[in-house]
Amino acid sequence: MKLCDRLFNSSVGAKMLMAVTGLMLTGFVLAHLSGNLLIFAGAEKFNAYAAGLKSLGALLWVARLGLLGAFVLHVYLAVKLTAENRSARPVKYAHEATIQASFASRYMIHTGLMMAAFIAFHLAHYTFRWTDPSFASLPEGDIYAMVIAGFSSPAVSGFYVLAMLALSFHLCHGVSSVFQTLGLYHGNLNPMTEKLGPIVATIVFVGFSSIPLAVLAGLVK
Amino acid sequence: MDLTLHVWRQKNSKDAGKMETIEAKGISENASFLEMLDTVNENLQKNGKEPIAFDHDCREGICGSCSLVINGEPHGPEYGTTSCQLHMRSFKSGQNIFIEPWRAKAFPVLKDLVVDRSAFDRIQQAGGFISVNTGSPQDANSIPVPKQDADKAFDAAVCIGCGACVAACKNASPMLFMSAKVSQLSLLPQGKPERERRVLAMVDQMKKEGFGNCTNQYECEAACPKEISVEHIARMNREYFRAALREETPKEGHGGE
Repeated sequence: MKLCDRLFNSSVGAKMLMAVTGLMLTGFVLAHLSGNLLIFAGAEKFNAYAAGLKSLGALLWVARLGLLGAFVLHVYLAVKLTAENRSARPVKYAHEATIQASFASRYMIHTGLMMAAFIAFHLAHYTFRWTDPSFASLPEGDIYAMVIAGFSSPAVSGFYVLAMLALSFHLCHGVSSVFQTLGLYHGNLNPMTEKLGPIVATIVFVGFSSIPLAVLAGLVK
Repeated sequence: MDLTLHVWRQKNSKDAGKMETIEAKGISENASFLEMLDTVNENLQKNGKEPIAFDHDCREGICGSCSLVINGEPHGPEYGTTSCQLHMRSFKSGQNIFIEPWRAKAFPVLKDLVVDRSAFDRIQQAGGFISVNTGSPQDANSIPVPKQDADKAFDAAVCIGCGACVAACKNASPMLFMSAKVSQLSLLPQGKPERERRVLAMVDQMKKEGFGNCTNQYECEAACPKEISVEHIARMNREYFRAALREETPKEGHGGE
């Protein structure tokens, strides 16, 4: 189909796929955050939420495969587009200058690849439980205890906070950028879309970082 | 004023090229940037040296010939100004000034600061035109154009095709240039017949020329001497998606049969 070719192989089409998959991943991040914040409601509610997720069965797998698809496509296109962008300027300027490009926008591939590495660790840490031997002695289904055991290491918590900083920079440019790429530039809409990236980035950073910091501070036990 | 220039010198398109330091003494602050280079070139020639090659033509900011990256900024530090309209009073005596050509794979350097911008011509030829029947023109008022469309089309039509957007873009992307052409022609009734194939062909050609992709950093908008808005890039993205969808729709109608 010609449309598929246009979306995957053209400059504008590939960027639209980046925007749509990016939005899907952002949606997941926000859903994940709202679930995780239940940890402040206590062990019972948090564990019930985790058990509820697991009981979704087939639906859970649909969501996982959808996310995996969006993630793979997002990373693949990012690497491909960045390679094209680098090769488009073989000789660099002797005097580099940036007029108005934001810090976040200039390091999208870096923060993005940091996130890919973080996701690999995060899955190995809490989903597959390969990295922390202390998880083996915890009772089955006590996710609350697992999170507290995991974050009681300052090194692990510090790494999570740093990763969330990278994610928030990524979202700061990414979320606002989606509107431009999808052609939703509008005089009345722009003041809102410009702020949406920084707002989402702040919510994600503060929200996610609050959990390891609360565990370290002994606020969540 | 006295200046220390660091200029890109390259004999021809095959030469590797390098930065060369040239002292420019006794420059008037009322001189334009190109007049400053003229003065430097006169001195170089007096001393039997090769003058610095640079593109220039109208020297009044409308032809799009001048193409200097000055201290990392295409057309220099002044907003909405071409290199030829930039004056030396924007600089301080004793300052170091880096002068480089547009840097893009699609704009190969021909000599010193002169680059080959025919990639823009090929993008324009791919779709940046309208079909006009021969014969006497009809009355202009017989084609109604809403005022806001005419204004937007004009905002895009001020593009002089200089290529500063490519030079400024971190990815050497020509999206601002292309979107100016797409907006200008697609907003007006005269450009409607080629509306879909125009944007598809231009985006295809952009890839063939080896330009980069847009990452919405808006360096182009900041460097554009004609202050063209990235709003046009959003419009081009919409136009592209619409055209790609309509390409899928089976063509119907048998007019003329």
